[in-house]
Amino acid sequence: MVENDRFGSLLAHLILILGVAAVVFPVYVAVIASTHAPGTFLQGVMPLLPGSHAIENYRTVIFEGRAQAGAPPIGLMLWNSFVMAMMIAVGKIAISLLSAFAIVYFRFRFRIFFFWVIFLTLMLPVEVRIVPTYAVVANLGLLNSYAGLSIPLIASATATFLFRQFFMTVPEEMLEAARVDGAGPMKFFKDILLPLSITNIAAMFVIMFIYGWNQYLWPLLVTNDERYYTVVMGIQRMVTGGDSEPLWHLVMATVVMAALPPILVILFMQRLFVKGLVETEK
Amino acid sequence: MARIVMDDLHKVYPGGVKAVTGISLDIADGEMIVLVGPSGCGKSTLLRMVAGLETITGGTLTIGERVVNQLEPADRDIAMVFQNYALYPHMTVYNNLAYGLRNKGVPKPEIDRRVQEAAGMLQIADYLDRKPRALSGGQRQRVAMGRALVREPAAFLFDEPLSNLDAKLRVQMRVEIRQLQKRLGTTSLYVTHDQLEALTLADRLVVLNGGQIEQVGTPMELYRRPGTVFVAGFIGSPAMNMIDMAYLRDRGAAPPALPAGTDLVGVRPDDLSLTPGESPAMALRGTVALLEPAGAESHIYVTLDGNAQPITVRVPGLPEVAEGAAVVLHAPLEALHPFNSASGKRTG
Amino acid sequence: MQTKRMTFSSRWLPYALLAPQVLITVVFFIWPASQALWQSMLRQDAFGLRTTFVWFRNFERLFDNPLYLASMKTTAIFAISTTLLAMSLSLLFAVMVNRMLRSREWYTTFLVWPYAVAPAIAGVLWWFMFNTSVGIVPYMLEGFGYDWNHRLDGNDAMILVVLAAAWKQISYNFLFFLAGLQSIPQSLLEAAAIDGAGRTKRFWTIVFPLLSPTTFFLMVVNVVYAMFDTFGVIHATTEGGPAQATNILVYNVFRDGFVNGNLGASAAQSVVLMGIVVVLTVVQFRFIERRVNY
Repeated sequence: MVENDRFGSLLAHLILILGVAAVVFPVYVAVIASTHAPGTFLQGVMPLLPGSHAIENYRTVIFEGRAQAGAPPIGLMLWNSFVMAMMIAVGKIAISLLSAFAIVYFRFRFRIFFFWVIFLTLMLPVEVRIVPTYAVVANLGLLNSYAGLSIPLIASATATFLFRQFFMTVPEEMLEAARVDGAGPMKFFKDILLPLSITNIAAMFVIMFIYGWNQYLWPLLVTNDERYYTVVMGIQRMVTGGDSEPLWHLVMATVVMAALPPILVILFMQRLFVKGLVETEK
Repeated sequence: MARIVMDDLHKVYPGGVKAVTGISLDIADGEMIVLVGPSGCGKSTLLRMVAGLETITGGTLTIGERVVNQLEPADRDIAMVFQNYALYPHMTVYNNLAYGLRNKGVPKPEIDRRVQEAAGMLQIADYLDRKPRALSGGQRQRVAMGRALVREPAAFLFDEPLSNLDAKLRVQMRVEIRQLQKRLGTTSLYVTHDQLEALTLADRLVVLNGGQIEQVGTPMELYRRPGTVFVAGFIGSPAMNMIDMAYLRDRGAAPPALPAGTDLVGVRPDDLSLTPGESPAMALRGTVALLEPAGAESHIYVTLDGNAQPITVRVPGLPEVAEGAAVVLHAPLEALHPFNSASGKRTG
Repeated sequence: MQTKRMTFSSRWLPYALLAPQVLITVVFFIWPASQALWQSMLRQDAFGLRTTFVWFRNFERLFDNPLYLASMKTTAIFAISTTLLAMSLSLLFAVMVNRMLRSREWYTTFLVWPYAVAPAIAGVLWWFMFNTSVGIVPYMLEGFGYDWNHRLDGNDAMILVVLAAAWKQISYNFLFFLAGLQSIPQSLLEAAAIDGAGRTKRFWTIVFPLLSPTTFFLMVVNVVYAMFDTFGVIHATTEGGPAQATNILVYNVFRDGFVNGNLGASAAQSVVLMGIVVVLTVVQFRFIERRVNY
């Protein structure tokens, strides 16, 4: 369309630049804070330009920690977060692929019933059943374990629906050709369906990895042993633990380390991320 | 190579819909049979029953010497070419061809030999490393054929394999399929809704309607002597003209010597002419409603006097008649097809 | 519900395929939820020795409890403010980005990544910016003569958590609004332009009404987010304070059940929350069905 709107266009850029600045600012401040010496924060308002203690601060939080301030080294916490996020993402995708495959490619008794059972998980987030779920995990002896951190979270109606939706769009003839070519159910699943789903799997992985990494309430419930703390929940102990004002330079270094992996995942896989996000809500 | 025998085959879907009701057919080894009919006539269902993609709810199906009713598609020794080709999009052409053989446990060198041979025959040897999306429609069609070929099956099943191609390519592939089938001598069952494709490809033609066989015969048999009103209307293009005997009698134009029970007379557009021949049995008066030149031939649409139903006449070249002109249409006795409208059958 | 025209037949395989998903759902979702339902009708004596079945008395008590009612009100204020703020800003950004050509990708990249930041971390980031001794915002506000103190002032605390919660949600809304805008046929806008509608008029008469399915969908999603996914924001920063000013329902149920060990009351609250989720989920899915037919 021919539309001469210099001013409007300028205004739009201005709004967006301000918007981007507002969105970026809190993280900018955190990054800056993580590069200063502890003394800086005693002199009143924090500076807006980087300091010179970045390496020192990051080395401290990752490898040493500050026990007296309720801050164990976060190297292990990062590892725990990674393990939890991977187990959740892979687990969710694996069991959802299998369920969707069963629901779409088989006819059997109670098919619809099982579909609704899976649907129920949407209506029962952890937040509404905190105490009894804790009890179940405790009774199964899963407190303070990777299994306890991940397995209870890998049921997924969203992923199952996404894969079901996708399988429905796979042409009927794909299955028929495979049958003529002598493929049984699991062979068809492995040789045809999985390779066809690869983009959807990747998109789902991005979303679910972020979901797993960012879990907060759940690790808070099922761990009380520092060896199983995840980094996102660990920060809370650094902020509110200890009596004095938090050690901001170290807290912010931890914040940056905790936020970085999922942010990198989004930035490097933006297209898959957008696809995953938009598709799961269909 | 195998004979295929269908004995009183039935298909009733779980909802109670009857798609195929009692079809019996004996297909000789090496024969090319074309199943033709309008959509919903059961032709695809029948083909899929032979393939093992639909369960058979009644009757027996024999391929070779085996009753295959209960066998999985892969165990029936058939190969199928799908309408949309159903190529595996994530596999190369080579792997598309090889997949079925690998599943059967055919040794590697043998797989390679067969793939190369089929690729050579179909002129797709240069594309073996490509994925299907990098191929044109015609090339994909060839790959789909190749996938059937490498199996060296007892029978080929074709489910409207040319319907996704443009008109020109369709003719070309039709010729190639026929040549290939003759050369290999493999029993083939071919489904189409295109009567021209059916006429040109078939050793024998099976016209299906409402889940039943209307007529079986060679293409020329069906063209020259359609057994039912339905076949008469379906085979041949433009379609056969149908004229009520009552109208002819009213006009005093009823041909003599038609079999008893005839109340409907069919005449092909080619058999009508604007000039009386040697022994015209019928003369119809009307006016030219539309003249439609089609290159080597022309179609004249004539409205008969006192009858709303238009009649189509096919003449070579471009005739010198004007739209609105009064004409007399003539047809010889041997060109008339007598039918009974109540039974839908030919009367003699 | 559909399957494929042709299916595999196996007596046991489909059940085996479903087993992991169903097992986890039953053990970790349905069983605890039914436990919550059951416990919501029980009461323990002070020593935890005797348990009595009390029907709906826990619920009656809950709705007589001024603290709980206050928490409901707090939740409503928090959820509505967060939703409005996050949605209006992201709609503004999406509309602006949608009119860009070359810079669209660039802006999008900069606006989407906060989605990756955990709510708890978002809370800590804003908590730090607003920190009364070292934070940058109170320092600036002081220049305007405003004495910011979220540790003492309930309103300040509420503003803080709303900002943190909305900040994280902007990315999500932005992406959906952008997708919605891009699905509006260009020809409609061209027709409106030929009919003499300027940019602003086109937005309010064509774009906004056509965007309404997306808007409604996002509204539900944002309310669900603000009510349930923001636990981390509260827990990592204000911990419900000062003086319950940011004590939302999810935080309250956690504190009553997990910290204070008041099982009956906590279970009753869980059941109330479940009711809310069920209603919101049903609304969302009914609406999606309609959207398909739209």
